[in-house]
Amino acid sequence: MPLYHTDDQAMLAETASQFMAKEGAIATQLRHWRDRECKDGFGHALWKQMAEMGFTGLLVPEADGGLGMGHVEAGIVLEEIGRNLTPSPFLASSVLAATALQAGSNELKTRWLPGLIAGDSVFAVAIDEGPKHRPERIAARAEKSGNGFRLSGQKNFVLHGASADMLVVAARTSGSDDDAEGITLFAVPKDASGMSHDAVRLVDSSMATHTRLDDVELDGDAVIGEVDGGRDVLSKVLLAGRVGAAAEGVGVARGAMDRTVDYLKQRKQFGRLIGEFQALQHRAAHLYSEIEIARAAVMKAAQLLDADSERAELMASVAKAKVAKAAGLAVREGVQMHGGIGMTDEYDIGLYMKRDRALQEFLGDQYYHADRVAELSGY
Amino acid sequence: MSSETNELDTFRAEARAWLETNCPAQMREPVRDEEDVFWGGRNARFKSEAQRAWFEACRDRGYTVPAWPREYGGAGLSPAEAKVLREEMARIGARPPLSSFGIWMLGPALLHFGTEGQKQRFLNEIARGEIRWCQGYSEPGSGSDLVSMQTFGEDRGDHWVVNGQKIWTSYADEADWIFCLVRTDKANKYQGITFMLFDMANSGVTTRPIRLISGNSPFCETFFDDVTVPKSYGEGVPAYVGEVNRGWDVAKYLLGHEREMISATGGMDRASSLGAVASRQGAALDPVLRAEIAQFDVDALAFTAMSEKFLDEAKVGRGHPAQPNMMKYAGTELNKRRNELLMAAGGSRALEWDSAETDGGRPARGWLRTKANSIEGGTSEVMLNVVAKRILELPGA
Repeated sequence: MPLYHTDDQAMLAETASQFMAKEGAIATQLRHWRDRECKDGFGHALWKQMAEMGFTGLLVPEADGGLGMGHVEAGIVLEEIGRNLTPSPFLASSVLAATALQAGSNELKTRWLPGLIAGDSVFAVAIDEGPKHRPERIAARAEKSGNGFRLSGQKNFVLHGASADMLVVAARTSGSDDDAEGITLFAVPKDASGMSHDAVRLVDSSMATHTRLDDVELDGDAVIGEVDGGRDVLSKVLLAGRVGAAAEGVGVARGAMDRTVDYLKQRKQFGRLIGEFQALQHRAAHLYSEIEIARAAVMKAAQLLDADSERAELMASVAKAKVAKAAGLAVREGVQMHGGIGMTDEYDIGLYMKRDRALQEFLGDQYYHADRVAELSGY
Repeated sequence: MSSETNELDTFRAEARAWLETNCPAQMREPVRDEEDVFWGGRNARFKSEAQRAWFEACRDRGYTVPAWPREYGGAGLSPAEAKVLREEMARIGARPPLSSFGIWMLGPALLHFGTEGQKQRFLNEIARGEIRWCQGYSEPGSGSDLVSMQTFGEDRGDHWVVNGQKIWTSYADEADWIFCLVRTDKANKYQGITFMLFDMANSGVTTRPIRLISGNSPFCETFFDDVTVPKSYGEGVPAYVGEVNRGWDVAKYLLGHEREMISATGGMDRASSLGAVASRQGAALDPVLRAEIAQFDVDALAFTAMSEKFLDEAKVGRGHPAQPNMMKYAGTELNKRRNELLMAAGGSRALEWDSAETDGGRPARGWLRTKANSIEGGTSEVMLNVVAKRILELPGA
């Protein structure tokens, strides 16, 4: 498969680009909800519009009412989300949770997928337990209790946790905290008794929760996949999420670079456009190069994931790490090249820096993923 | 779609079977030193019978230049077939049967700008490994600012008399012919250069190898002292490519091609070989060095994807025309970094200059050689200038 968009994918990119630029713009979404201190951090009306576009159920198989598209397509939508810093539950709900539900029973799918596809429901994913992404270690417990399970533990960095109708929770049903096996995924409804959220606003104005599970009683049918067999599902969820987050990061990087290059063509100092200075030209050109490479890595990872290739895991970590480097550079250079106004809230470039920081941490930062690349490469 | 796929599958099976029969085991081992590379030419010497057999088999099948038309010595493969053949050769680690600046540079220029007579003669000679070419571009006073070059050809009616000096002429001391930028109009900077072809055996041509920091001498200084260059080598075979005084167009086309070529070399193997050196270090591998290598591998594997995307896009005419400059910049900087890390991972062993264990100082000499990567064929700084101006459309001279 060639490493560029097919005609259908190019059409989707065009559609998503126009939609996000118009409906998901910074002024009408990110700033709007931020300035109102919205407890969700995103607009439900936009989520509903995304459903009408077919985006919410993009990865859901056609048999389950979705579009049955792949991660290249999800990445196309996410890149536009990134460019416009559009706040939405797309990544958590339509990529991570939707991937988890694909491993679930028909009952689970019937219960949750229609709401997602319609844009009526929001899902969150509760994996992390400490301040850093370490999914190899799961300490939250799920004890057998009657026909079901009793969950207890602490989850961190649960994006949209307080807004979610259902949370996919990774908990341990056997073994010790660092065991690879013994993990089970649960679909926990928001009204499950014993679940409480401590909502926190993050640097990028998105909302996340520290979620406590205090003897949360669940029926056996809340189990996604097999009891004790959740590691495989979790790996798939993480893989999809990492490639998705990387795609969003490419959008953030490109958005930041486009604004910065535009600024270099407008701002005058010493009687010249600052874009005429070679010191800035070379840095901008280097940045372009890094972003192009990161974008290729993301597309390759998405294609490998769609092809179910065994190299997908390596390329997903390459993509997540490379995007972190390129997008980090884009926002740092962006603020610096904007000069003083880059520090003001009035200009958008600082918003890109904030979103990038949050995306860097989500599902593993560049150091985590560079380490995985080393491990998967045998050193 | 499916019939096309079937045809490619058939081609792949044929190519695989042919390679199985014709590529000797010795020719499937990695290139160890300069003598493992066969350059052809009047004074060509084969290092081994296997090298000869492999070259001759490829030559007879058009596989020294698989994508060139059959009438010019190629196999007339489509881009897709050529890619399959490349993949099949890579799969068994087959060495290139013939390396030459004729294949990489002059050939593409002739295919694009040459007359039918030039193609018939020169392309066939290149494909058959009969003539070894070198490139005369840079001059002592004209590096990045190539167009300022001064080597002058005085018009004497049916011939020119060429005087001047070229530098960095790769393997000029072993080359048979040179494709050379010569000023033919001193009043016209860009439209006063002619892309000439002439025999290095002409009287007045002398070469002197330049010893590099690697201890090797792959480049020469080449001097022209009243060299007579006829304007034609017979009916329909002019001694210049394109038009007189319009050689800069050819040079620019070739520079783009060269950058593409340099940027496309390596990628995947860059990542894995470094990892292998690192794994051999085992417990001795410093965690901070391991981290640096991991960061490098992230960049190298991502660049591999970029190379694939770049080639895929080039095949269908997508991608920005200045993208080869970006690829050249990123690819060469990466290769330099790889060699820095190879030296660090290799420790004191990698410092050895001529020991048998290091194959005559391969790590150290190779490391030093890569420093030229971001200078030759356009410096990194020039590449960034081009990206800034042509892709980002930043203002200014």
